[in-house]
Formats: sequence, structure tokens, C-alpha cells
Amino acid sequence: MKTKGFAAPYAVWMILFTIAPILLVVIYALTDRTGRFTLENFRLFLDPIYFSVLLRSIGMALLCTLLCLLIGYPAAYFLADRHVDPRGMLIVFFIIPMWMNFLLRTYAWLTLLESGGLVATAVNWVLRLFGANEEVRLLYSYQAVLMGMIYNYLPFMVLPLYTVLTRMDASVEEAAEDLGAGRAQVFWRVKLPLSLPGVFSGITMVFMPAVTTFVISRLLGGSQFRLYGDLIEQQFLFTGDWNFGSAMSLVMMVLLLISMGLMNRFGDREGGGVL
Amino acid sequence: MKKSLSLLLALCLCALSLFGCAASPEDSITVYNWEDYIDPEAIDLFEEETGIHVNYVRFTTNEEMYIKLERGGASYDVAFPSDYMIERMIANDMLTPLDHEKLPNLANNAQWLQDPAYDPGCAYSAPYMWGTVGILYNTAVTGGPIDSWGAMWDVKYKKNVLMMDSVRDSLGVTLCYLGYDLNTRDSAQLEAAKQKLLEQKESGVLLAYGVDEIKDKLVGGEAALGLVWSGDAMTSMALNEDLAYCVPKEGSNVWADGMVIPKGSKNVDGAHAFIDFMMRPEIAAMNSEYIGYSTPNTGALEILGEDYLSDPTFNPPQDVLDRCSFFHDVSDAAKLYNDIWIEITAN
Repeated sequence: MKTKGFAAPYAVWMILFTIAPILLVVIYALTDRTGRFTLENFRLFLDPIYFSVLLRSIGMALLCTLLCLLIGYPAAYFLADRHVDPRGMLIVFFIIPMWMNFLLRTYAWLTLLESGGLVATAVNWVLRLFGANEEVRLLYSYQAVLMGMIYNYLPFMVLPLYTVLTRMDASVEEAAEDLGAGRAQVFWRVKLPLSLPGVFSGITMVFMPAVTTFVISRLLGGSQFRLYGDLIEQQFLFTGDWNFGSAMSLVMMVLLLISMGLMNRFGDREGGGVL
Repeated sequence: MKKSLSLLLALCLCALSLFGCAASPEDSITVYNWEDYIDPEAIDLFEEETGIHVNYVRFTTNEEMYIKLERGGASYDVAFPSDYMIERMIANDMLTPLDHEKLPNLANNAQWLQDPAYDPGCAYSAPYMWGTVGILYNTAVTGGPIDSWGAMWDVKYKKNVLMMDSVRDSLGVTLCYLGYDLNTRDSAQLEAAKQKLLEQKESGVLLAYGVDEIKDKLVGGEAALGLVWSGDAMTSMALNEDLAYCVPKEGSNVWADGMVIPKGSKNVDGAHAFIDFMMRPEIAAMNSEYIGYSTPNTGALEILGEDYLSDPTFNPPQDVLDRCSFFHDVSDAAKLYNDIWIEITAN
């Protein structure tokens, strides 16, 4: 193949920054501080604290993915509607926040959610209308962390859905209508099944970063709702047990590979079955 | 297969280190200091006078700094660890002895820090700042003065208490509250302190763990009580007049941060020049005034004058100091401390 050489720069990049680090993680995970082989680092499965944090991270990531889907699907559906004008503008609005570093945006939430902050004031005002008399604190709670995650990962759900929905051939929809399907039927029997590949790639793209979230939980949760990613960070930066930290990362990588494999399988079957 | 693999890895690392050595060490030093812990102008003045360029890097806790120096490949020329961490670094042979000939300004150092227990004779560290750990609180919420750590467990301050996301500080003051030694290695006492901190979390008194954000949240009124270092209390009280600071009656921690030269420094002369510059009375006074921490520099104290000396937060009276103690390295119990902290924050 003549084009083989084109990939050379990327091959070097991948070896340096993907393959070499992963190998190092594997080596660290399987050795102790003196470099001897050990499985001791995988003790996290026996430690109720680490295990419960792993479960909490997975639970939170699933919840975040589900909420992103519930918010993102209708949004993408609306954006993909040919009659919406000016569609380009609205999509730009969706993408603009992604131009900024997520850390900066998360810092902004710190100010929005604290007492007297814009969001906190608005929420409490609404709650008072419904008769609540105690002020609700938003910052440093489980909900604040979840909010931060949804905010950061929502675009990853909307964009693949939007792509699938806009690429859908309009004539398929028209054919369904010609054959006597009502609007609901067109959606449930034609558009939704056709958009499933987008749903699956959206789920994967949100679930992966969500389950490895860190920093967001520290900033918006005030370090009380440590997630698995925070514990890995802790091992590397504060405790200094790189071997244990690597084992934790390895477990996470394997979990992600398994879930990605499952998603691909679902995606293939659905995609193949419909077309 | 395995051999060629390790060869490949070794090559990769070589390639990386080549990128790393681009800057010449002769005319630059890398300084590793705490967040918000220097007047940036002091660095400019140093650069102007000596022509040595300063790469300034920051950390938030002693533990974080220690790991970077112990495990990281980067080399630092000056670092600012606290007492117990200096002790640990000396024990682990991580520091270069200071050449007192090159530090004439060390003579400005206060008497009581000339021979500190953590570093006899200041062989490895030159004192930079010192202070206490205490409660910064909002008098508008508490309605009066506070004098006990018990306030930080009082359920009337629901969702109003900020603790430090720093294992020695938060665990240390809890041990003081329980009447134990803040350097204890006794697992039963540490277990009791852990339970106390979990209780603080479960009863809903705790709002969050933080480090540098604590002062902002107290100034802004988001929380009513926070565990802080005295210098942060000074800065915050200047910004919000409802705030007050106390070192509780059960005792607390008094600490000193020093300037050290880690082993592996590529510019030991430049590092000495920097340390000596920071100990000049005018510079030490400038830094102390800017960050609010107490300087051990007698010349600087003269410049700062009576306003500072009579301030009990800046210059705590003897009876306060008598009930405070220094942290010491807990060596083999460090892992127990870390595990406890992970358990508390992960729960």
C-alpha cells in the first residue's frame, strides 16, 4: 500500500502516548514497589471502601448517561428538524461551550451554585413560590456533582444523535407516511429504530468520561463524594502508591473495554437488523 | 519479545527526556511553593536583580509536594515544605544541606527558630513563615466568640462547616479536640478521631472539604466556620469584618514552613541566592504583608511595626503558643493516616 507511510507520524504518537503509557500502567499494576511481581494491588476488590466508590461511580455515570439521553434526544430531534430555523445558529450555541476548557466551566458552576449565586437564587425563588420556607443549598452536594457532569457531557450525547438524525433519508419518513403511519407511529416504528446507532454511540461517549470523572466531584462536591477517578488521582498525587493506582486504573480500563464491547454488539445488531 | 518491548519503552523515555532538557539550568531556577504564598513582585525583583529566571510552580498540600519530589522526574531548586515534612525529607535523604556562608540573611531569623526540632541548626531549611491552625468564623452567624473545636461539630451550624482536605490538619485538630496528641501513632486514638470526623459528615454539619477555597467561601458567606491557617485568616478578616479567628482552648498546631534545596537541584547556587533574597528584611516584610502569614524574620518584624506585632492572629500571645504543638513526621503510621483520610472522604 502506498498510503502506509502516511500513518507514520500518528504511529509514533500512538506508541509514545498511548501504548507505552498503557504498558507502564500494566507493569506498575502487577509489581510492588521493589519491582517484584504481585497481585496484591488488586486488593481493592476486597476493600469495601474502594469497592463501594467504584459502585458509586458506575451508578452515577449510568444516571448521568440516562439523564443526558432524556435531555439530549428531544434536543437533537428538535435541532435535526428541517423546519427549524436558523438551525445552524442553534447548533453553534450547543458547541460554543465546548470551545472553553471544561475546568473553567466547572469553576463557573461553583459561583452559580453557591448561596446568592444566580442559579441558587433562582431555584430558591421558585421553591418559595411553592411554599418552601427553608433555603436549599445547592453547592457541595451529590446533585451538584451530577449537575456538573450532565452539563459537561451533554454535548457528547447530542452531537452523535444529531448526526444520525440529519443523515436520515427524508424519503423513508415520507414512505412511512404514505403507507398510512401517523406521526407517533413514524417516530416509534421508523425514526427511533433508525436513530439507535446514534443513541448507542451517544451512550458510550457519555458513559466513558462520566465513569472516570474526577475534579468535578472535588470542586462541586467538596471532596465528600469522591469518585473512582478521584481515588486514582489520590493514589498518584497524594499517597504516592503508583502500583495500587495503576491497578485501579487497569480495572477501570477493563471495565470500559467490556462495556464498549457490549455497546458495539448492541449497535451492530440493531443497525444490521433494521437496514 | 519482552526485551524488545522494554527497549522500545526505554527509547520512548529517552526521547521524552531530550525534550525536557532544552532549557539551560545556569540562569534559571525552579521554585516549588504553596498556592498564594508569595508576593509575585518579590519574584520580579529577584529576577531583575540577579538575572536568574524563576520558573514558579505551586502545590496545595505537603503530601502532594512530597510525592512530586520523590517520584516525579522533574527537578526543583527550591521547595517550601512544612516542619514535619522537612523532617521526613531529611530522614529520606532528599535534601541538600544548606551552605550557611551563602545565606548571610539567615542571621535575621528569630531566636526560637534558629534550632528547630525538625531540623537542628537549620542545616537543611531556612524558615520562611510560621503560624497556627484555627477556626475562622463568621460572628454574625455564631453571635459571639468561639473558643472550642466543639463548634465545628455543633449541629446548629448545619451545612456551615468547612474542613481542610489535608490529612494532617483535619485529623490533627480532631485529635486535639479529643484530648489526644496530634502526632499520635496509636491506632485506637486515630480510630476515635476517624469516627469523630465521620460523625461530623453524617450529622450534616460539614459543608465540604477544601484547601484554598475555604477562605473565599467564608469571605463570601457561603459557610460560617472553617479550618484555616492563620495567614489565610488574616487575609480573610481584612476582606470581611464579620470574620474572626480563634485557636481553640483544647490546643492546636503551630507550624513553620522552610525553604529547602531538594537533592537533584541543577542550580544550587541560584537556589541559595533565592533563599537568601527571601530572607532580606524588606522582602520578608513584603511577603508577610501580602500573604498575611507571620514572618520569623526579626528585621521584617521591625519594618511591619506595632500594628502587626499586636495582632493576636499574626503574632499569637504566649498562652496560645503554649497549647499548640508542632507536627512531627509519623513515619510508619503515615499509611494509616492516608487510609483514614481516604475512608473519611470516600464514605
